[in-house]
Amino acid sequence: MPRISLTVDGSPVSGDVDVRATLLDALRERFDVTTPKKGCDHGQCGACTVLLDGRRHLTCLSLAVAHDGAEVVTAAGLGEGDELHPVAQAFLDHDGLQCGYCTPGQVCSAVGMLAEADGTPSHATDDLEAETELTDEEIRERMSGNLCRCGAYPGILAAIKEVAR
Amino acid sequence: MRRFEYARPRTPQEAVDLVAGSDDAAFLAGGSNLVDHLKVGIASPGVLVDVGGLGLDRVEETDGGLRIGAGVRNSDLAAHPVVRSRYAVLARSLLAGASAQIRHQATTAGNLLQRTRCVYFYDATTPCNKREPGTGCSAVDGYQRYNAILGASAACVTVHPSDLAVGLAVLDATVEVLGPDGARTLPLADLHRLPGDSPEQDTTLAHGELITAVTVPRLPEGAVSTYYKARDRASYAFALVSVAAVVAGDEVRVAWGGVAHRPWRATVLEEALRGGPLDEETVRAACLEELAPATTGPGTAFKLEMVTGATAMVLTDLAGRAR
Ligand SMILES: Cc1cc2nc3c(=O)[nH]c(=O)nc-3n(C[C@H](O)[C@H](O)[C@H](O)COP(=O)(O)OP(=O)(O)OC[C@H]3O[C@@H](n4cnc5c(N)ncnc54)[C@H](O)[C@@H]3O)c2cc1C
Ligand code: SF4
Ligand code: FES
Ligand code: FES
Repeated sequence: MPRISLTVDGSPVSGDVDVRATLLDALRERFDVTTPKKGCDHGQCGACTVLLDGRRHLTCLSLAVAHDGAEVVTAAGLGEGDELHPVAQAFLDHDGLQCGYCTPGQVCSAVGMLAEADGTPSHATDDLEAETELTDEEIRERMSGNLCRCGAYPGILAAIKEVAR
Repeated sequence: MRRFEYARPRTPQEAVDLVAGSDDAAFLAGGSNLVDHLKVGIASPGVLVDVGGLGLDRVEETDGGLRIGAGVRNSDLAAHPVVRSRYAVLARSLLAGASAQIRHQATTAGNLLQRTRCVYFYDATTPCNKREPGTGCSAVDGYQRYNAILGASAACVTVHPSDLAVGLAVLDATVEVLGPDGARTLPLADLHRLPGDSPEQDTTLAHGELITAVTVPRLPEGAVSTYYKARDRASYAFALVSVAAVVAGDEVRVAWGGVAHRPWRATVLEEALRGGPLDEETVRAACLEELAPATTGPGTAFKLEMVTGATAMVLTDLAGRAR
């Protein structure tokens, strides 16, 4: 079995993984990092989203062996000490969740989205060269890779809007 | 999932040698399509050759236009300043595809070579000539909403799912390939094929041929372009139909997605519209000509009006902006 090393939420982890293991399964089953969730396992829901080398990325369609040496930040690693990350706090303040299963993916995706918004147009952008203005329509489009089965979308949108301001 | 060997070569030639040297080997790029296929059992290679370390991840401006590395992520290409300012159709075709997360993972070549999303292709319990040649096609008389209306065969009626491929088709892109017999280039128009009797073959590439880059010629001065995608949801869904278009002076270029086994360059329509007015009536008449050979079933008949209306909307809008 190939051996891989990762940095997960600031701590180094390493171990042998099945060559067939996805990054999601390696994190959850091998390294006991259960923050990213398995929703669909086929790239369709976003529950497994983490920040991979600084960008929001699915973990269910990536092979662990292909990401040896990578830096992974999950929703649990976003805050400073006991302090929640502003995006996570805003999700609480705005009821951006019900069951919470999609939430770690939503929060990572939102943090990645806010970081990349400058300089990245979206399908909802009229002028491809203009500075990004995070309107409701833009936020919805940019977050469309994260589904919420509970339909907490109004709260999720409100939370992200607050942080984007 | 079958166990495989994982290789991470350092040069394109090494990667080609590894795959060409074994019938059982396949290239792996972002993995967003292939890893799914490994899980479902559509693909079961014995060797996976990761092309992520080959340095094919640059976008270069050249005298003739743009040279896009095979490994450039879809998100990076869409955000590239030159793509945003001069190739709107390219940026918009990318941004209409998948989700932000998947665009960070998906590569230029992987996107072009992604396989069909036909529900029967994905369901190993149903006959599918593309997945298992000779078993039959479940989609002909099955779920038709995403089926082709042009260029289909009795053996396969699916469409190519890539938005990027449609955007590149209208830009007259060229594909650079490295194979066991050396390097060659081919027009993007010749990359994807119609299904005919061998739907298991999506493209004209031979086993072991590696796409290294895609080049896009500069558009004429004053050209305007865009990409329009009609789908069942506002975002994160494959196309029902899509329209990529460029208007430059007298020249009109149109490619359709969601209608055929390959991006459909509407050459009959282009000829009919050359130099003429781009008003609703003229464009609709040209669509009718292009769609003359179309065949539809109860589940696909809607695509005739959908692609016609979308093309009329896109071209009249571009004509207004080109003025
Ligand atoms: C939920 C979901 C929704 C999606 N929605 C859309 C959509 O709306 N529009 C759209 O266009 N796409 C969509 N996609 C598909 C996505 O765009 C593709 O999965 C992605 O582009 C594939 O790129 P990759 O680099 O991950 O390829 P991989 O999965 O790594 O490879 C795909 C294929 O290309 C081959 N390959 C890769 N690189 C090379 C190379 N350099 N030379 C030769 N062969 C190579 C591989 O062997 C494999 O057969 C969606 C995907 C998912 C999961
Ligand atoms: S349309 Fe093509 S991919 Fe779909 S079931 Fe028929 S042969 Fe298979
Ligand atoms: S579990 Fe990865 S996208 Fe659903
Ligand atoms: S909170 Fe339950 S799925 Fe989103």
